[in-house]
Amino acid sequence: MSSIAEEMAKKQKEISVAEFFEKNKHILGFDSAPRALITAVKEAVDNSLDACEEAGILPELQIQVEKVDQNDFKVITEDNGPGIIKKQIPNIFARLLYGSRFHSIRQARGQQGIGISAVVMYAQLTTGKPAKIWSKTSNAHAANYLELRLDTKKNQPEILNEDFVIWEKDHGTKLEVQLKGKYIGGKQSIIEYLKGTAIVNPHARITYIPPDDPMIVFERATENMPPTTKEVKPHPEGIELGELISMAKNSHADKMSSFLVEDFSRISNRVAREILDIAKVPQGRKPKEMTLEQAKSILSAIKEVKIMAPETDCLSPIGPSLIKKGLKNVLGDVKADFYAPPMSRDPSVYAGNPFIVEVGIVYGGQLNKQDQVQILRFANRVPLMYQQGACVITKAVESVDWRRYGLEQRGGYGIPYGPAIILVHVASSKIPFTSESKEAIADIEQIKQEIELALKACGRTLKTHLSKVSRREKTRLKFEIVAEILPKIAEKSAKIVRKPIPKLGGTITKIMNIVWVDDKIEFEKKKHKVEINVYNYTPANRSMELIIVLPNNGAKLTKAKPEPVIEKEGQVLLWPIKKLSSTESAKINFELSGLDKDSYDENEIYVTGIDPLYIIGAEPLPGDWDIEKLIMTETPQEEEGAEEEEEEADYDEEGEVLSDEE
Amino acid sequence: MKNNSRNNDERRYKQAVDQLTGIAETIYAQIDKGQIPKMVIPLRTKSNIKFDPKTSVWKYGKASGARTAKKLKGAQMLLRTMYMLEFIEDMIDENKSSTLREMYYISEGWEKAKFEAQEESNLLAEDLEIITGCLREDFKLRPEENGASILGNVTITEYDRKGRKKKINCRDDVGDSGYGIPYNVEKDKITINDVDADFILAIETGGMFDRLIENGFDEDANAILVHLKGQPARSTRRFIKRLNEEQGIPVATFTDGDPWSFRIHASIAYGAIKTAHISEYLATPATEFVGITATDILQYKLPTDKLTDRDIQALKAELTDPRFNDSFWKSEIETMLEIGKKAEQQALAKYGLDYVTDKYLPEKLAEIDLLK
Ligand SMILES: Nc1ncnc2c1ncn2[C@@H]1O[C@H](COP(=O)(O)OP(=O)(O)OP(=O)(O)O)[C@@H](O)[C@H]1O
Ligand SMILES: [Mg+2]
Repeated sequence: MSSIAEEMAKKQKEISVAEFFEKNKHILGFDSAPRALITAVKEAVDNSLDACEEAGILPELQIQVEKVDQNDFKVITEDNGPGIIKKQIPNIFARLLYGSRFHSIRQARGQQGIGISAVVMYAQLTTGKPAKIWSKTSNAHAANYLELRLDTKKNQPEILNEDFVIWEKDHGTKLEVQLKGKYIGGKQSIIEYLKGTAIVNPHARITYIPPDDPMIVFERATENMPPTTKEVKPHPEGIELGELISMAKNSHADKMSSFLVEDFSRISNRVAREILDIAKVPQGRKPKEMTLEQAKSILSAIKEVKIMAPETDCLSPIGPSLIKKGLKNVLGDVKADFYAPPMSRDPSVYAGNPFIVEVGIVYGGQLNKQDQVQILRFANRVPLMYQQGACVITKAVESVDWRRYGLEQRGGYGIPYGPAIILVHVASSKIPFTSESKEAIADIEQIKQEIELALKACGRTLKTHLSKVSRREKTRLKFEIVAEILPKIAEKSAKIVRKPIPKLGGTITKIMNIVWVDDKIEFEKKKHKVEINVYNYTPANRSMELIIVLPNNGAKLTKAKPEPVIEKEGQVLLWPIKKLSSTESAKINFELSGLDKDSYDENEIYVTGIDPLYIIGAEPLPGDWDIEKLIMTETPQEEEGAEEEEEEADYDEEGEVLSDEE
Repeated sequence: MKNNSRNNDERRYKQAVDQLTGIAETIYAQIDKGQIPKMVIPLRTKSNIKFDPKTSVWKYGKASGARTAKKLKGAQMLLRTMYMLEFIEDMIDENKSSTLREMYYISEGWEKAKFEAQEESNLLAEDLEIITGCLREDFKLRPEENGASILGNVTITEYDRKGRKKKINCRDDVGDSGYGIPYNVEKDKITINDVDADFILAIETGGMFDRLIENGFDEDANAILVHLKGQPARSTRRFIKRLNEEQGIPVATFTDGDPWSFRIHASIAYGAIKTAHISEYLATPATEFVGITATDILQYKLPTDKLTDRDIQALKAELTDPRFNDSFWKSEIETMLEIGKKAEQQALAKYGLDYVTDKYLPEKLAEIDLLK
């Protein structure tokens, strides 16, 4: 990133910014007419959301795209943010590389101080029209109105017109630019960008007025602001040699030990001492005099010392429950069958920057089975629309073997096929984009690994869901046989042979030959009431342990009947079920409180102590869980109830067309 | 004679009822013992038809499949079987009969046992034939008349619906469309009195049947012409067999040149897969083929159509069909796949309306010594 910035600064002396801009249009997001229009909207929206978040205001945005003539469009964006004081307005909108976030370590959409002034410049270069800005801060009586140009020789703002105007808003900023563009629909369009924005910013209300179509409003899915993010110092893990040296050069500290403690996060005096001891660097040495050799040994010492994970209050992950809400809110017409519980990974670090990966999967409904899965990519809550192939998110999706998780994928590599949408959000104090246009995240191993882990975790829940669905379907068919067809067969055959109708119990248990775990959840008076019925439809007695794993999201068990054995700090509930006779059932009830309705809509049920082949409606307990050690009861020997069935060809499923006719 | 045949009928129906009740007894006993009800039936697949050297036709082999209530489809079929048993026994009881199509419509009232298509109910009726060793006529089930006809110097006696005897010559007493073959061609219905012909030519399409009649081929070649109407009905095959067996008249089939026509020939000459349980009774082993072959397409330079995907599939299936496992059929099928073309028998009209009777058939029939 800094390469371009430095280069620009250097070149500014020799060539005009306009020329530079012309040459680098593509990396700034103005390489085509449709994209220019999207970029204009995006830069303004990103800034508005950043400003609102920083000021703790629930964002209320309006975006209007107006067609002026064949090629020219007006883009008018308006927010209810804190506003900008008058002195800053010209620099922000009409001077490249002017921003507030250059050296800050915190999660924000803006990083470079190029975004909005590039839009203004592009507008000016293509239509000659100045940018119009209205902005009002909360203590002002009126709004400042400015018309600005950018002096492309000097990279300096030029005020063409200024005024005070009455604005009914308490505070906010409005920008109007006129630029050459092209209005299109499809995957890369303003509406798709706004949809994505609404999904990952469920706290924002966004109104869009397109050129020809009726207005669209994305309502809020939550009234809660994302937690405010803090600025932090770089984390030592993964810091690079060059960075370490330049930090030492610029440090205000006079001793190596205080340099480490003050300029880095998560280094205590003790840790600093440990690092310097291992690196054999004197604690009192002046940072400015650190040699290359010493820098190298410090780097390797950092790897050996246990350092706390980076602070994460500089990050603002969306969180599983809001991701789900956002997806449901915006993708409502997909009528998805399943929203895999989204996965938010714990924070991780690359090159001293903390980052968090979040993943959500939407499955089924109106989504097309034959299509490639749609990937929604986000960086710091901004949708990424272009350069999908170059992005680490895509690469991570491609390298997961989705066949294991119920999607189709040729050869186990590449973008999978199936009725699914995969959402991946990477949040970081510094997103490593591949270029200034901020459209693809660089292929960094740590990030890729985290994304893969999150995808796999989410994929597992998808798979569990899908196999549950297919097992349920099989059970349903068996129920249809024993409840509707078998009694008729018995009745008819009895009539033909003139005998009383025979009892069906034995046949039923042989046909079903399952233990059916049927669960339902009801939400009532802020409580989740769960009922589980275990039916033994096998010919023999069955014993097992039934296990419920509660989500790690503040769920509290308030009632349970019968009393379960509670393990793992209340997260695991275990019920032994002993000698359940053939055709009998057992019932379990429990109640959870402390969750909102959507946060618990599927029970995680496992069984152990019984051959999993018999079980429908619960999963076998994964072998790698140490819960099994906790189970005191012994696995009973399976009684040989059913005689061995010889495998015969199914007469009705030979699948050969008997007819010789065309 | 009449009395005799009534007694005969009664014995047949009683046997059918006994056999059918036996099926219900098995199912009843299985449920009563707490087992999963099932029926075991010989597999009706091409891999399970075997050549029977004694009768020279293809019959079902030893492989069997189970229809069990473990699966939804199987359970449904068992229930349908029970309904069908009841229906047949009631018909026999009340001395009524129905067409296969009527039975299909009656199943509308069978709820869960209702058939989705008539093909399904026809197949189940055949399953019952296989299991009981009876014929569907014994179940009081009959097919629709399918309009196949015969024209030639054959004299028969038919008992009409009122039980009156009628002597009919299938050339002189009928119009140009010939004598319509009834669904029942057994001895209780039809007696063959006299035949004066050198061979039987079984023709696939109506257009060609009419062409040969217009050209006077039946008289010139002293032949009996049978219009098969596509894949021939049981009664058509049975009638051909009776003529062949009782009167010693050789048979040749004359069909289009495509995979489906090859199967028409196979069902007459070798036995159809679907009815392999009664091949002995329907198939005429010495039947020759004078239909259009792939070689003919090339040799006679016939106008053609491209093989469709279904045609190609059908041809490939024939390559693994034991009935076609001889050098003649293998090479013809492979050639057809190679050229990717098929031709209709009427394509011979390319060389004029008389070409088929003046050139093609004489050449072909001479090859197999049916014409000198
Ligand atoms: N709508 C707004 N309300 C309040 N402040 C704003 C608004 N738009 C821009 N700013 C301020 O102007 C600065 C410059 O914005 P600009 O888009 O040029 O750069 P950036 O957002 O910091 O980085 P990037 O180039 O990555 O977008 C922002 O950092 C922010 O402080
Ligand atoms: Mg910006």
